[in-house]
Amino acid sequence: MQIYLPIAELPVNILLVLVMGLAVGFISGMFGIGGGFLMTPLLIFIGINPAVAVASVASHVAASSFSGAINYWRRRALDPSLALMLLAGGLIGTTAGVWLFTLLRKLGQLDLTISLSYLILLCTVGGMMMVESVRAILRARGGRPAEIRRPGSHMWIHGLPLKMRFKVSKIYVSVIPIWVIGFIIGFIGAIMGIGGGFLLVPALIYLVRVPTGVVIGTSMVLTLVTMTYATVIHAATNHLVDALLALILMVGGVIGAQFGARTGQRFSGEQLRLLLGILVMMVGLRFAFDLVVHPAELFTVRSVEAQQ
Amino acid sequence: MKAPFLTIAIALVFGAPAQAERLIATLSTSRVLISSNFTGTDVVLFGSVERDAQTVARRGGYDIVITVTGPRDDVLTFRKERLFGIWVNADSRTFIKAPSYLTVLSNRTITDIADINTLRRTQTGLARILLPQEISGDIADSIRDDPFRQAFLRLKVENHLFRETQNGVTFLTPALFRAAIPIPDNAPTGNYDIDVKLFADGTLLARQQTALEIVKVGFEQFVASAARDYGLLYGLGTALMALLTGWFASVVFRRD
Repeated sequence: MQIYLPIAELPVNILLVLVMGLAVGFISGMFGIGGGFLMTPLLIFIGINPAVAVASVASHVAASSFSGAINYWRRRALDPSLALMLLAGGLIGTTAGVWLFTLLRKLGQLDLTISLSYLILLCTVGGMMMVESVRAILRARGGRPAEIRRPGSHMWIHGLPLKMRFKVSKIYVSVIPIWVIGFIIGFIGAIMGIGGGFLLVPALIYLVRVPTGVVIGTSMVLTLVTMTYATVIHAATNHLVDALLALILMVGGVIGAQFGARTGQRFSGEQLRLLLGILVMMVGLRFAFDLVVHPAELFTVRSVEAQQ
Repeated sequence: MKAPFLTIAIALVFGAPAQAERLIATLSTSRVLISSNFTGTDVVLFGSVERDAQTVARRGGYDIVITVTGPRDDVLTFRKERLFGIWVNADSRTFIKAPSYLTVLSNRTITDIADINTLRRTQTGLARILLPQEISGDIADSIRDDPFRQAFLRLKVENHLFRETQNGVTFLTPALFRAAIPIPDNAPTGNYDIDVKLFADGTLLARQQTALEIVKVGFEQFVASAARDYGLLYGLGTALMALLTGWFASVVFRRD
């Protein structure tokens, strides 16, 4: 069943897009991430203009993270004051990201930037997650207890000024690294069309030492707000958000996420992180392959008018 | 080059202005509507060659070439080059006011219809259209074997936006013809100019222009114009839709 997308200006199979939404939603529910890093490449793969894909996925991620955030809020598994501090940086980062996005489109280097950022980010994060989770699994096998938070291990981050007490997370830490993390996530999220959950979760756990219990819920709040905001400014500045495409994706996404969350509970934290690491790595390598291998078609054509 | 002189000579001798052929062309529809189930369509063109008693007989019969040109736009063509081991968009050319859609239909091989100079002069055929390029501030037509021009044409053909069909025009009687103009699913909206050329014995005898409009209608039109004219409101609406979908899912699937 074909449906014509008004902004992407091409017909797509509605069932195919729905299934893509379901599949990505399943993965996002299972790992507690937005799933934008999978959805954007998939949309580009089925022929949707990368810029339209990035802008439309933002609203899809907003929908799935909102349903996730509500669930975590009901269980009080999120830290509102930490989320608020992350947001302060996140919104500035998103604005800067959309600005750079517009600039890069004018220069004709948007596709390359998207591919390169995916490659670097996904391979690095995927690799780190794989190594860390394999270590954790081996430690658990060896019978030694998993080291989550060593009391004396203070990093330079903990010496920064402007300290603040986050009651729910039970941490006392400077707000500077939190602002910086929020800014970076918002910035790359706007450029790459991802919520950044797969980056934010490890950053909060390893750098700021936020307890694992509240980290996913808190990260979802940040994702929710930055992606909602990104939707609005992408629509206002680039006019590239395809509401129809977004609607099909989010309906599939929120349903898939529910089943994913149930499946996810059957695995341990380490196993989930290893699976997610492999997944992230695979997507990254796919981008590397496209950049390094001699392309079959050296030329690309695009309208100048649509770039503004 | 004999035939035009002959025609002029005959015109001078008989003094009658209407001895040459006239072309009449009409479309099955002058508006193609894009709604949510649009997957491409064909617009049929019917045409007739009008003759009167004084018109000279054409031994070789008539030839028709139909050129359909979509809305024009400046187009950037990038070429990838290897830089530090990865492929990046390096060199680029801007084609000024290049057609977004171009279909050339004829009743037989175009190069058999007229000699190459006539075809060039009348811009007949995909290989002979004008594609002006901006080169360091100056605008000039691109040369035929320019790699960017070739790539531009090739990519447009691959996207079904450019095509040349050498048997796209069918003569139903020696003077009546029909042609199906393909409108692919990715055709841009706007005005399409249709230029029908009548050739006989290698000479352009008559031309007839008509036009076609492709418009989005209903929901598609509403969404597209909202996104373009009320970007902020549209964005807020989309964001609200996302939040409602998320909230709805959390209510529907609530387990506690």
